[in-house]
Amino acid sequence: MAIDILMPALSPTMEEGTLTKWLKKVGDDVKSGDVIAEIETDKATMEIEAVDEGKLLEILVPDGTEGVKVNAVIARVGEEGETAAEKPAKDPAAAAKEEPGEVPKAAAEAAPADKPKPVAQASSTVPAAPAVKAEADPDIPEGTAFESKTVREALREAMAEEMRRDDNVFLMGEEVAEYQGAYKISQGLLDEFGARRVIDTPITEHGFAGIGVGAAFAGLRPIVEFMTFNFAMQAIDQIINSAAKTLYMSGGQMGCPIVFRGPNGAAARVGAQHSQDYAAWYGMIPGLKVVMPYTAADAKGLLKAAIRDPNPVIFLENEILYGHHFDVPKLDDYVLPIGKARIHKAGKDVTIVSFGMGMTYAVKAAEELAGMGIDAEVIDLRTIRPMDIETVINSVKKTGRCVTVEEGWPQGSVGSEIAYQIQANAFDYLDAPVGRITGKDVPMPYAANLEKLALPNVGEVIEAVRAVTYR
Amino acid sequence: MAVRPATEKRSRASAAPSRTQKSGKSANPAVNYQVAEFDKDDELKAYHDMLLIRRFEEKAGQLYGMGLIGGFCHLYIGQEAVVVGIQKALRDGEDQVTTSYRDHGHMLACGMDPKGVMAELTGRQGGYSRGKGGSMHMFSREKQFFGGHGIVGAQVPIGAGLAFADKYRGTDNVSVVYFGDGAANQGQVYETFNMAELWKLPVIFVIENNRYAMGTSVSRSSAQTDFAKRGESFNIRGEQVDGMDVRAVKAAADRAVEWARSGNGPYILEMQTYRYRGHSMSDPAKYRSKDEVQKMRDERDPIEQVRKRLVEKGWASEDDLKEIDKQVRAVVTEAADFASADAEPDPSELWTDILR
Repeated sequence: MAIDILMPALSPTMEEGTLTKWLKKVGDDVKSGDVIAEIETDKATMEIEAVDEGKLLEILVPDGTEGVKVNAVIARVGEEGETAAEKPAKDPAAAAKEEPGEVPKAAAEAAPADKPKPVAQASSTVPAAPAVKAEADPDIPEGTAFESKTVREALREAMAEEMRRDDNVFLMGEEVAEYQGAYKISQGLLDEFGARRVIDTPITEHGFAGIGVGAAFAGLRPIVEFMTFNFAMQAIDQIINSAAKTLYMSGGQMGCPIVFRGPNGAAARVGAQHSQDYAAWYGMIPGLKVVMPYTAADAKGLLKAAIRDPNPVIFLENEILYGHHFDVPKLDDYVLPIGKARIHKAGKDVTIVSFGMGMTYAVKAAEELAGMGIDAEVIDLRTIRPMDIETVINSVKKTGRCVTVEEGWPQGSVGSEIAYQIQANAFDYLDAPVGRITGKDVPMPYAANLEKLALPNVGEVIEAVRAVTYR
Repeated sequence: MAVRPATEKRSRASAAPSRTQKSGKSANPAVNYQVAEFDKDDELKAYHDMLLIRRFEEKAGQLYGMGLIGGFCHLYIGQEAVVVGIQKALRDGEDQVTTSYRDHGHMLACGMDPKGVMAELTGRQGGYSRGKGGSMHMFSREKQFFGGHGIVGAQVPIGAGLAFADKYRGTDNVSVVYFGDGAANQGQVYETFNMAELWKLPVIFVIENNRYAMGTSVSRSSAQTDFAKRGESFNIRGEQVDGMDVRAVKAAADRAVEWARSGNGPYILEMQTYRYRGHSMSDPAKYRSKDEVQKMRDERDPIEQVRKRLVEKGWASEDDLKEIDKQVRAVVTEAADFASADAEPDPSELWTDILR
């Protein structure tokens, strides 16, 4: 049976080209792999290889023809004795072109005549994103004792408890084992769990992040500690391209249950390369969850949730907060839902939204504002992605005013996203533009006075609140 | 660097390479060009499996030309002996395989369904990733194929991570990670070499040296063009292998797999191979001469080598081989028909598989 040879497209954008030269002539034998002709586009000259075997029966487009449309029949190949005119082609392209009935109905209607491409639906409307409903925190049983713990202890307990619970959980990173952790988060874990599960890595963030991703593809549950998230920029390709996107690219086959954790943002006087806040960066990426706790209780409950989560979770800690004390409920298994904000302090006059280290400014500002007769509601987002915007919107509907607080840079900040969401979802409730307090738009300076100026402070939050409350 | 000669006679003639075995802690044993003994069934299967990849890729090229496949499409034509030879040394469904974006051949060699692979190329719902991955991103848990990665070199630590999991769980599975001569210059490859040897991970690094990283030849991009030596400073053994001879590939893979499975850690195999087509469909490959390509096709073709042996040994007649070709073509045509007629993914798929 004769087979049509079509003018090929060499790129997705090519529509036509020049048939420069035939390298075979009618009557020649061709086999797959033989170069039969050369064609030229605006970009390059390319060769056409035969895919099928047989005799070149007929050349329909002669040498030097310009403007040959993609998918035009340029020649026919077939068995000896076949006539050129014989109706060809079990070829799928031809089939699609000539028998549109074989492709899905909507497709044939939607497909342009020269593109034999069935389309499921000629849809110009994008289906709506599914709504994400955040779970509520679990009830803490009445009579539960609380004990004061540092964030550092809470994080360590979370890892230890999860490692006891599940042998698939392991910790890897720089200085996590024998050194007992650069910031002592993993202190004691090597003694309890041994070198198989608490693994010192060389200083190769890109490489060990990738090894963690591979281990997670295989079903283990790695906790990858970065000494700081500043160093994770070396690994960000593995985090985003491999960990975050693979579930989608695999049509749901390849989950990546991994936690990337470590201190994020500015510590003190460590200069520009060690002081960056990545909340907004990772918060942009579909396929990631991004958690940034403030209190020890949240650090514990959310890290346990992150380790159990079947998705890649970015867990942003803060070196300064590691030593802060908070009350943590004494429960055997305290797990909090990722994606749920917490109302840290209820109030009626203004909503202050923050997370992580930013909460230290927000909380102090709220205390001082109370003395000035302004009753602020303070929301701790806790999770940057998926963001519990509903809690924020409900608060703003009550207060009519909002100020966001974070240490990261202003452009494309978490506060910018919150401001967008508020104007889109609570526009009629707003009594003032949304205020946004961020780190200054500069690399972090080293000098003590300049660093202080570059970071947000309580006074700025108070000023912003006074501005939106017109007081 | 010249790809080593392929015929049995010439392979043996080159069995005394310039490099000699070093004593003590040297990473590399003497280069070994011996070929595996293939009986009739081995040869017939290798012929069939390589031909399936060749015909599949030719068809993919054709569908690309017709606009049915979009974006990038990297064909594996010429390199078939590498994946077919390696896969013969693996335990199907247990040992893991990871590779780059030139991945169709690897998937077929792993036993993945040509229909599912082709339908992914055309972006249809019946594709392995339901049309959401494309030519560069497919996976199969069942066949232990872990992609399909689009960032040059990124699959290398991932493959080592799979080996980490094998070791962590106490299995004797091995992980094979393929990458090209171009990727072999990426930093994360060496980070991975270091940890793989440090932790004795059961991973086999297969460097498919097809001589060109897109349009840049090995000699223009690599200070050390002997890729088998790239693990030397980590004490990882490496071998250069005639990647156009499926029997040489199999023999080398057997050694590497045995090494890794026995708990000795990683192993590097530099497969000296050649890609006939451009880097991707839109690459006219002006950086090499037509003669160079034609010479490879004429003298070194991996499929032709097997075909010749089959005929010479009387293990298959021309008619038998035609019959195999017919069967393979039928499978490929079926895959193409399916991939052309299958529907695109439902619009609701836009929002699925982002999180679990």
